[in-house]
Amino acid sequence: MNPITAVNDFVVKFANVNGSGSASANELFAKAILRMGVPVSPRNIFPSNIQGLPTWYEVRVSEAGWLGRRGGVDLMVAMNPQTWDADLKEIEPGGYLFHDSTKPLPKSKFRDDVRVLAMPITQICNATYSDPRQRQIFKNIIYVGALAQLLGIETQVLETLIGEQYRNKPKLYEPNVHALRIGRDHAREHFSAAPIGLAVRRADAVGQRIFTDGNSAAALGCVYGGATVCAWYPITPSTSVVEAFDKYCGKFRTDAASGERRCAIVQAEDEIASIGMVVGAGWNGARAFTATSGPGVSLMTEFLGLAHFAEIPATVINVQRGGPSTGMPTRTQQADLIACAYASHGDTRHVLLLPQDPHECFEFAASALDLADRLQTPVFLMSDLDIGMNQRLCEPFAWDDARRLDRGKVMSAAELEAGKDFGRYKDVDGDGIPWRTWPGTHPSKGAYFTRGTSRDPYARYSERGADYVYNMQRLLRKFDTAKTLVPQPLSRKAARATAFGAIHFGSTAPAMDEAISTLEADGLALDTLRIRAFPFADSVAQFIAAHERVFVVEQNRDAQLRSMLINEFDIDPARLVPVLHYDGTPITARFIIAAIAGQLREAAPHLHPVEAVRA
Amino acid sequence: MTYIAKPRLHHPSLACNALGYTRRDYEGRVSTLCAGCGHDSISAAIVRACWELAIEPHRVAKLSGIGCSSKTPDYFLSPSHGFNTVHGRMPSVLTGANLANRELLYLGVSGDGDSASIGIGQFVHAIRRGVNMVYIVENNGVYGLTKGQFSATADAGSVSKKGVVNTDAPLDLVGLALQLGASFVGRSFSGDKEQLVPLIKGAIAHRGAAILDVLSPCVTFNNHAGSTKSYDYVREHNDSINRLDFIEPRAEITVDYAPGELIEVTQHDGSLLRLRKLDAAYDPSDRVAAMNYLHERQAAGEIVTGLLYVDEGAQDLHAHLKTVATPLNTLDTAALCPGAAALDRINAALR
Repeated sequence: MNPITAVNDFVVKFANVNGSGSASANELFAKAILRMGVPVSPRNIFPSNIQGLPTWYEVRVSEAGWLGRRGGVDLMVAMNPQTWDADLKEIEPGGYLFHDSTKPLPKSKFRDDVRVLAMPITQICNATYSDPRQRQIFKNIIYVGALAQLLGIETQVLETLIGEQYRNKPKLYEPNVHALRIGRDHAREHFSAAPIGLAVRRADAVGQRIFTDGNSAAALGCVYGGATVCAWYPITPSTSVVEAFDKYCGKFRTDAASGERRCAIVQAEDEIASIGMVVGAGWNGARAFTATSGPGVSLMTEFLGLAHFAEIPATVINVQRGGPSTGMPTRTQQADLIACAYASHGDTRHVLLLPQDPHECFEFAASALDLADRLQTPVFLMSDLDIGMNQRLCEPFAWDDARRLDRGKVMSAAELEAGKDFGRYKDVDGDGIPWRTWPGTHPSKGAYFTRGTSRDPYARYSERGADYVYNMQRLLRKFDTAKTLVPQPLSRKAARATAFGAIHFGSTAPAMDEAISTLEADGLALDTLRIRAFPFADSVAQFIAAHERVFVVEQNRDAQLRSMLINEFDIDPARLVPVLHYDGTPITARFIIAAIAGQLREAAPHLHPVEAVRA
Repeated sequence: MTYIAKPRLHHPSLACNALGYTRRDYEGRVSTLCAGCGHDSISAAIVRACWELAIEPHRVAKLSGIGCSSKTPDYFLSPSHGFNTVHGRMPSVLTGANLANRELLYLGVSGDGDSASIGIGQFVHAIRRGVNMVYIVENNGVYGLTKGQFSATADAGSVSKKGVVNTDAPLDLVGLALQLGASFVGRSFSGDKEQLVPLIKGAIAHRGAAILDVLSPCVTFNNHAGSTKSYDYVREHNDSINRLDFIEPRAEITVDYAPGELIEVTQHDGSLLRLRKLDAAYDPSDRVAAMNYLHERQAAGEIVTGLLYVDEGAQDLHAHLKTVATPLNTLDTAALCPGAAALDRINAALR
């Protein structure tokens, strides 16, 4: 078996025990490669647990810029005996296994087609440190030093990063650099004679892009979007949204002298109270949001129906995880689409925004707050664990200082005083969006009673059928207006005309981009459309109409996006072919290609005989 | 549903308050509750308290859940915005509304089904947080709107109109509020306006979570012999511990009482609560003693009413969160959005 050789194009996976301090060392490894101008996409694969269970950190190095998960492992850093057997199996033939060889293992525990890089890390640590905590924590930095030597990661880059990390704790700089050098020197001494085939080489493929996670990006978007009230309940994988919001508010919304804050963050007793507070704040004119995941949305549904029907702005960030029920709380999925789009009893519909990466998490979070006010309705930001909790290379955040918060149709005291007609649920502009007043606006005009029961256009309680139907029709018109305000889908045409299309959304994007490129190199053309919001723009229907067959690629079992497309556009289901990935790991280009390529080839003789021969 | 419109004409002799409003300006639509319902008396007490305090009606936000009691905000303070929310969830909506604009007066109206059963969690946590509000529970021990099921405040042994004996232990909302840290706790009876109106006024002037548990008999489903929430039963077992006089900051204090008969409490806005003691031993500034007294009297079959506890130095949720004095809903782009230059610095730190 020939050992794998690759420059700037391989996968390293770290198998650790959670709570052992490996996360920051692994991140240091990934960032160092990025600083050398080579794109990386790391992914945390972690259990719902605090200490002692297996956790992995998978780093894809790709100068070509593919940021989706690739699948397979070229270099396994096996630091967890519990998962040794499974970790060993995952290594590609010709790959490498780096491990702590302090305790010898029988030959049966290894593979013939995998090169072993053995380093007695525990022994080195025990010889170097006397404090048990240090013995544990520096193991991680030592292996990073060794890997840097093996792969050609520049020591100076790593030391600069350590300096940045401990800018405020200079005492920690020296010991970390020392540990790094121990690892590097040991590797230099023991592995230099037979270098490995994987290498990192300086490149210029990162550019101005930033490296951040979707949850903190969404939180920053809420700061820029003017959110002042945040009510939430802790739930993986959304908790870090609020932690980041709190951190940014400390920085940007706090008066240095008085310590007073231009925000209110309340940890509620449950998700029902979270959304209740958001609805109360939205009713009273503040921009409010909550961050949650699937089980939280389930609890919120009664309130979501109220907010839809009583027309109250609310922003809900749903960082999706594996469902149903508690499901796979630390694994990723896109399986809450239907639950959110149609949340609550009766005929309800909600606006969904579907970001592909942290850049869009920022942009869409700020937009969600504007849209919620403009449309006076709940707006969901549908992130997921893959985007939310992993650092991802993406375009830098952008903001136009000329932009103002769009507070929507709010009637002022002066307008009321001037005698402007106020019908809270009356469509005066033809777009289905009525005017509202905030409590306390005017001494004698503009007050109304908000309720979840039916009413007439002047907000007077009514059970008359005609009043109810007027309102429900107006809500539909409003949803039509929403179509034009939400982020529009982005299409990408194949180099050649093709009868095949693929629709995808959210975190599937990087894997999809890579799959398309690979298929094209293989002579298989596919147009793609990335949907970025619900309600779907008319261009989505046009895209489907323009192709004989459209693959709908998504990360859930029941083809939820496909069902919504069929439902909303009344499309013949046979034209939409589901491509479904839902094992909790992020979808890969390999998976998409395997699912699509066969069908493309099969149909190709009929559709494109020339290409079929080439394929 | 109100079919009958109230005439807007005022009698010229109606008295005006400091703002020039008559009591009619604080009224709402015609009530649709049953004739004699205790809730209507509470609505009238709210109207009187707000009028006497010369509260600007539009500076009140009135919120409720679902049920007979939760319908009542439509029957008082028409110039106020009202919100009939979700069953049992008024406290969270009120909390959010209060966070958005700390300058309005938040009046939450709920019932025993709404607050003690489906909404017990929200009742508990809004109190724990010290939300600045007046929270009135119109307590009749029964689900009226669904025709007479027991609620969680129904006493064990109480008999329903259909003859069923309640076997579940009752929840005591006042005892709960005391234990949860409410800083103004009172209990009253819809049939005792002289006690109720000053209590509402004191609660309005209070900064923090003010909880009023008001026994309010359901004339249709829970006013029969065997009920412990009937007019007759409450009157017979009422142990009123004090009589409250609410004195506004500007009023001159002229009445003299013998020492020991009176307790005076000055609230944060300068208003004075003057308590005429009916029970010489009762001290409403002692939370633990209040809880003990409540339990003792309850064991003796008495219903303790009056101002049970007040902490005039209480802080509210905004103080805990250190929010700015300016209402959050009035902050503009400049106050909230850090701008492009700050974003560039964030971008730079993420490379």
